[in-house]
Amino acid sequence: MIRITDLSHNLGTSRVLHGIDLTIPKGQITALIGPNGAGKSTLLSLIARLDTPLSGRIDVDELQVGACPTDVLARRLAILPQTPEIAPRLSVAELVGFGRYPHHKGRPTPEDRARVSDAIALLSLDGLAHRSLDTLSGGQRQRALLAMTVAQDTDYLLLDEPLNNLDIAASRSLMTLLRRLCEDFGRTVVVVLHDINYASRYADWKILSTPSCPLGSRAGAMQLVWR
Amino acid sequence: MFARRLTFLAAGLGLSCLGYMTIGSRGGWDFLLPFRGTRLAALLLVAVAVSTSTILFQTIARNRILTPSIMGFDALYLLILSVSVFLLGGAGLSETSALARFLVSLGLLIVASVGLFGTLLLQRREDVMRMLLTGVVLATLFRSLSSLIARMIDPNEYSTIQVASYARFSRIETDLLGLSAVLILGVVGIAWRMRHRLDILALGRDAAINLGENPRRRTIEVLILVAVLVAVSTAFVGPIAFLGLLVVSLAHLVTPTGSHGTLLVSSSLIAGIALVGGQTVLERVLGLSTPLAVLIDLLGGLVFLILVLKGARR
Repeated sequence: MIRITDLSHNLGTSRVLHGIDLTIPKGQITALIGPNGAGKSTLLSLIARLDTPLSGRIDVDELQVGACPTDVLARRLAILPQTPEIAPRLSVAELVGFGRYPHHKGRPTPEDRARVSDAIALLSLDGLAHRSLDTLSGGQRQRALLAMTVAQDTDYLLLDEPLNNLDIAASRSLMTLLRRLCEDFGRTVVVVLHDINYASRYADWKILSTPSCPLGSRAGAMQLVWR
Repeated sequence: MFARRLTFLAAGLGLSCLGYMTIGSRGGWDFLLPFRGTRLAALLLVAVAVSTSTILFQTIARNRILTPSIMGFDALYLLILSVSVFLLGGAGLSETSALARFLVSLGLLIVASVGLFGTLLLQRREDVMRMLLTGVVLATLFRSLSSLIARMIDPNEYSTIQVASYARFSRIETDLLGLSAVLILGVVGIAWRMRHRLDILALGRDAAINLGENPRRRTIEVLILVAVLVAVSTAFVGPIAFLGLLVVSLAHLVTPTGSHGTLLVSSSLIAGIALVGGQTVLERVLGLSTPLAVLIDLLGGLVFLILVLKGARR
């Protein structure tokens, strides 16, 4: 369970999140939906400690974000940022291998290697494992990054617009995969989506931010909608 | 990875060292070993220091154009040295106080570089061209201040600074060899132990945090390591502007990988070949018609131009 208490954050001088209280349930898919600039990505990056919030508190199970050791949190929670800047000369297998770093700290065991090939197979990247990232298409690269996040083997997965660059077939198979991760492996998935159709079809919970009650306003807080 | 290529490089370095020790020698080994041996050791230490500091700096700056010397690290060291000569006097210093001055300059360089380059590198928005410009401006500023001081002090004392301000490979200050060896090998050892963390840092800030690293703290640690390496190698052979850029670019060509374990080894070997081999060929075979520093800066400068023209692509 991710519990967010009275969270506020500024980007530059403008208030993006304003006193948000929110609980994201465990073992389910929660979709964040809303217009551009509603603060969805900001919320994810605060949960994943990529930014330090202005005020408020975030707890992931018993770990308080920002207070607990960052490498402990890395075994509990993984994020796929919206525009990850990744060294282009890595091969897919190397990139996915980095996902295991929180567990092996640079000395991969056979189990780590097995997890990496599992993740590669799960995202159907077998044929591409030894290609370097800059020779891949946008969608293939997106899947490689997702495989890295999956290989990190965390209870919580935060995905910022993972459907970017994916065609309809790939989008559907990715969302199906997220459901499998959630139902078969008990992972908790928080995903930013733009397409409300995908959210209604695949997500258990939807957090909506609409112009009348945006994420940033206190009045609107956030609406948690059961599917 | 790349075991065969690394073996070839090691063999090349071995040959260079052999050539450096034997070609054109007339004395016996009891003369050669202390005479050429100390200088060979100094050259090898400088090679490791320059290549390691460049790799470390490029990883935390996340690009392949910037190097410590382009960012003005060695100019900053010379400025600190000039100021200390200006304040304390230089020519008449005894050996112990020369050592003390080296250590004080080293300490100041660490503080100043963490302050200056730390603030620059820890900004959220990283912009290579702005970093490059800042580096060039800083380096020029440090050099101008050094030459201002040079005009203000006693000419005899200026000679102390002058010796330090130009790259030189044939006359090497071997007085500090023992201490420098300890410092360089210690820092290189730390860098080697950090190699997996460096791999993660090279992925970028967000990815590093996601994988449980602390980029902020590591950046400062790495800057300290770089400052030590630059101070020692500058004290040895003076500033060599483009050596680091040259050997690290070559290392990326010979061993194209993101693994710092491999890159640290290959770039050190290449730097050793460039310095020892180059010095052997120039000094012994061609009779020292061209200083090695000129040649290295010429080649390194070309690499720099090519990299800039190709764009700041990583």
